[in-house]
Amino acid sequence: MRKTVKQMGLIANQIRQDIIKMLVKAGSGHSAGPLGMADVFTALYFGGIANVDPKLRHDPKRDRVVLSNAHICPVLYATLARRGYFPLAELKTLRQLGSRLQGHSNSHFDIGIETSGGPLGQGISQAVGMAIASRMNSQQSSVNSRQSISSKLTTNDRRQTTYHTWCLESDGEFDEGQTWEAYLLAGKMNLRELTTIIDRNNIQIDGFTEDIMPLEDFAKKLRAFNWFVIEVDGHNIRSILDAMRQAKSQAANPTAIICHTIPGKGVDFMENKFEWHGKPPNRDEARIALHELRTLGGKIKSEHE
Amino acid sequence: MKPVKLSEFWQYATVEKRPTRDGYGEALLELGKNNPDVVVLTADLAESTRVLPFQQKYPDRFVECGVAEQNMMGVAAGLALAGKIPFVSSYAVFSPGRNWDQLRVSVCYTKANVKIAGAHTGISVGPDGATHQALEDLALTRVIPDLVVMAPCDAEETRKCTLAAAAYKGPVYFRFAREKTPVMTVKDTPFEIGKANVCREGYDVTIIACGPLLHQALMAAEKLAGKGIEAEVINCHTLKPLDAKTILQSVKTTRCVVTVEEHQITGGLFGAVSEALAKTFPVPIEPVGMPNSFGESGAPDELLAKYGMTEKQIILAAQRVIKRK
Repeated sequence: MRKTVKQMGLIANQIRQDIIKMLVKAGSGHSAGPLGMADVFTALYFGGIANVDPKLRHDPKRDRVVLSNAHICPVLYATLARRGYFPLAELKTLRQLGSRLQGHSNSHFDIGIETSGGPLGQGISQAVGMAIASRMNSQQSSVNSRQSISSKLTTNDRRQTTYHTWCLESDGEFDEGQTWEAYLLAGKMNLRELTTIIDRNNIQIDGFTEDIMPLEDFAKKLRAFNWFVIEVDGHNIRSILDAMRQAKSQAANPTAIICHTIPGKGVDFMENKFEWHGKPPNRDEARIALHELRTLGGKIKSEHE
Repeated sequence: MKPVKLSEFWQYATVEKRPTRDGYGEALLELGKNNPDVVVLTADLAESTRVLPFQQKYPDRFVECGVAEQNMMGVAAGLALAGKIPFVSSYAVFSPGRNWDQLRVSVCYTKANVKIAGAHTGISVGPDGATHQALEDLALTRVIPDLVVMAPCDAEETRKCTLAAAAYKGPVYFRFAREKTPVMTVKDTPFEIGKANVCREGYDVTIIACGPLLHQALMAAEKLAGKGIEAEVINCHTLKPLDAKTILQSVKTTRCVVTVEEHQITGGLFGAVSEALAKTFPVPIEPVGMPNSFGESGAPDELLAKYGMTEKQIILAAQRVIKRK
């Protein structure tokens, strides 16, 4: 699946509309983060980056995508639905009883989600574990193959079972000690099988990150942990694609892509407002937001209104 | 019920004594040889959790996480989700003590096939003092849905418990101790997850024990027999899922219970047995365990005596509970 940059712009816009519709229906959830990450998710899933395919969702060689800041799951759900993992109509069940689309994403329902998240900082450790497993598979020695009796995979299967792991995280997660523990381990192991994609939107629930718990000089800190760091405009799909390709070809170290994003991107009254971190729009607000997205901020006339 | 086979020396001074953690290290070497999916993690405690021989023999399947238990639990979850069978090895006060949230969400909620080995449990950890004596781990783990919880009684049973954990699909927590304790079981003593072993037959009182204190329970039963009281002794190595059937069968005859554990008397074995019997067959139950307090530094035997987890206390508890029938 590889769309053109122009097509991806339209997909990201659709995903933003999906997010608004889901949130207004659910009546709770997070608005700013999902909207801010729509371009990044689009690049990862539609730009030929993550080696995943809804038809091969159990393939041991698939890339692993881990959403650590699982509260922004509406953007993941919308992306997966648009990518064909489950019907688009199901999006409106978000957060409802019996839905596969839980308030924080989990791995129970075979819809292309690898892990369960919510408590911040947990996804990165799981992603490190997945990347280490890929490394171990590539190193399986022939000695082990002779000794392997109980295992289903042969050494050859195992050697070929390598993949890249992509972990999506938020800047707020770097308040958690666990995140730094994981960065230490990945840095120690030169875990080139892992790329993190950090939503640097500068907000968290109680305010701006630099007021709540300053992270700068952020890139410098990560480099000091033996990571390769790239900083990009998280709304420039071409730059995001370039950074992701560069990360995947890294031979020496794990890569962190710091994506500078605007929380609430695409909806004027939500942009850069930390008040929109943890709440959904009401019906009137959703109408205004959808109008803005459909008309690309007034640049075109909406076909659907 | 017919008792399981025990070592013929179990009640003599000549009984072999080994720390239960040794059984863990031995089993890991067996697993390393036979199952290439088995992976071991530790947080700077390779020697004392007995995983060092595995590390030396299978360095490619070993992850030294440094002193970072939260990350270690999450990394184990990731390894398991990618098809590995990770064994998380640390002291129980840190794992699951410090990384309970990661155990709950990354491992159990995600249904990741992770095995968590909690070392240095009980007051018998001794001189290290209260901070390192895990007396709450069974309570912490027992409340998490779908997590198997075990407390093997000696080094041989710990070996079997480790192998059984590897063969079981799903998250498992098991604990072991620091000190040398009597090896009561033998190679052909049965071990099955969720199946309690009757070690001695009796009809006056049921003594249900887990962990190395099983030895004190068996010794107490011998002394009680001298006083005309026949105690049935059950080795309840699996706290979850609890073998309520075996317990109920025994209690229907004895109609009273003493529980014995090196753990707080809330939330562990006393809790599990009380919960099960309250629902099906309420009878008087007396706990022998840590009386809702923190430990302190001291020699293991001194501490067990001071906090009431000895043969003598088990005898007194049995006499008390029989009177309450």
